[in-house]
Amino acid sequence: MSELEPQALAPAPASAGAGASVSTKRPRHYSLLNRRDKTLLAIMVGVPLAIFVTLIWAMTLVSIVWSFTDWNGTDPMHFVGLDNYTQLFTTYPFFWPAVAHNVMWLLFFICIATPIGILLAVLLDRPLRGSWIYQSIFFTPVVLSLAVVGFIWELQYNAQDGFINSVLMAFNVVKPNSTIDFIGDPSLNIWAVLVAASWRHIGYIMVLYLAGLKSVDPSLREAAAIDGANERQTFIHVVFPVMAPINVVIVVVTVIESLRAFDIAYILNQGINGLELLSTLIVNTMLSEASLIGFGSAIAVVLLVVSLVPIVLYLTRVLRSEDI
Amino acid sequence: MSSFAMAGQRTTGNRNRRRLSRVGLHIFLIVLAFIFAWPMLYAIYTSLRPYGEIALNPNGFFSTPATLNLNNYFNVWTAGPLPMFYWNTAVVTIPAVLLTLWISSMVAFTISRFSWRFNLLVLMIFTAGNLLPPQVIILPLYKLYNIIPVPAPLSDNGRLYDQFVGLILIHTTFQTGFCTFVLSNYMKTLSKELVEAAMIDGAGVMTIYRQVVMPLVTPALAALATLLFTWIYNDFFWALLLFKTGDKRPITAALNNLGSEFGSDPTQIAAMSVLAAIPTVVLYMILQRWFVRGLTLGSAKG
Repeated sequence: MSELEPQALAPAPASAGAGASVSTKRPRHYSLLNRRDKTLLAIMVGVPLAIFVTLIWAMTLVSIVWSFTDWNGTDPMHFVGLDNYTQLFTTYPFFWPAVAHNVMWLLFFICIATPIGILLAVLLDRPLRGSWIYQSIFFTPVVLSLAVVGFIWELQYNAQDGFINSVLMAFNVVKPNSTIDFIGDPSLNIWAVLVAASWRHIGYIMVLYLAGLKSVDPSLREAAAIDGANERQTFIHVVFPVMAPINVVIVVVTVIESLRAFDIAYILNQGINGLELLSTLIVNTMLSEASLIGFGSAIAVVLLVVSLVPIVLYLTRVLRSEDI
Repeated sequence: MSSFAMAGQRTTGNRNRRRLSRVGLHIFLIVLAFIFAWPMLYAIYTSLRPYGEIALNPNGFFSTPATLNLNNYFNVWTAGPLPMFYWNTAVVTIPAVLLTLWISSMVAFTISRFSWRFNLLVLMIFTAGNLLPPQVIILPLYKLYNIIPVPAPLSDNGRLYDQFVGLILIHTTFQTGFCTFVLSNYMKTLSKELVEAAMIDGAGVMTIYRQVVMPLVTPALAALATLLFTWIYNDFFWALLLFKTGDKRPITAALNNLGSEFGSDPTQIAAMSVLAAIPTVVLYMILQRWFVRGLTLGSAKG
């Protein structure tokens, strides 16, 4: 904890005024903090940090180490090099489908759900009667648990009793013995889940983007209007570029949500039979009889490596601009 | 805007066009709002209908009701120990929210009010960890939860696994990452002179934290509290994997088991979903402003 030494606190260079010009040497380290305060502060940061590092980052490292072993949770552990990865990439039948589903999830969110959320934000940002009612309706799914979202959509999708099939049967589009099995059909269920997930994602993006739009300097829009730009031109050429920081956040949120996707798929069919995702593979290897911890860890490491892309993007774009 | 009108004729044209586009916009938004609200409205509607009546109807669920009642809610409420699941949720969620706010405000206070050399590093550790998919750490965490000994009052099996305290710990840890980031941004917008003045007056660190900074960040804390409550209430993943005993599960994770129990009766699934959704939806309706502010605090830097 000795590293956590307070730097000169009272005369910050900017407020030092005349003092700064007198001494060109580095100001002597002194502080209004006494020893007791320093200890207290070190504990206030140190203890939570230690717990966080232990539970999150140390566990991440353990996952990486285990991914090179054949551990099954009980027998002695052996290092097997890249065996788990070789098996994962070549013989394990669910890995590439899971990757494909995660990629589909990401593309669906990036190309459809997130743009709809942005569009709604842009439409609702202008003075419009009843704007808050629309906003409330679009946002309500966001406060629902993904488990509840899964059940709510099950009511729509169910092959026997689902609303969609009931309507199709009533209009004789499908026969009672040949209904559309939105959840059971492995070529269809990922799309059904994506619609349900987007239902929740759109409102989330809308609120984030609305906040960003509210923070745009109104004089920019006025200037664009004087120059004769219409609303669409103003958004594309003026508003969107100045929203760069929020755009990064939106992209990162979208990517992270796509990688974390788990709950809906798991609720609907345990993430199997067309709904494999990297996250459900990890959980299913964990809960399986064989308890393939080494192998499951290799999947976790793949998920980790992919997740580092948006995380690093976020940290460099958001934290770099912090004047800490 | 009207001052830019060139000629009278063009103004009327523009105004008509604008009115037309406004009507079109409202129609578009109303249709979309209905599509968005539909799954929820349908769940409520279905939950009020007796299954027997629907099964006899040739059109099944696409039909108008002869009866609407609360029987499904009574059935669901009495079939499973629902009050207990709500209680479990409260036992996990309330301490986790309070602990998260307390801890993250202390960390944020320290790293934003004082120029620690490792500010950036601390923030990166917290923020990056918070963004990590939880599935990455679940396997080792599960083992760790079975190894760490926990004394009796906190745990009835001597471990973190299958214990409320374990769930509170992981929620608090994960959310502290997010809240620290938000609160430190928020605290940076407060005036530094205030803290400096208090220090010169001889106030200790704890006094400054409690009496100077905390009152000023109350709006951010309130916003984060609504957000945290919803997130932790809605958690499914941790509750599913860090609990073995079905009776200890919070409501959202218990839904998974109840779902298979009522699998054949959509009206009861609907009633159950509505019951599980009520707390967060009601909270959102009451505290809408705080909710949205909490979300935007996290993205738009203060």
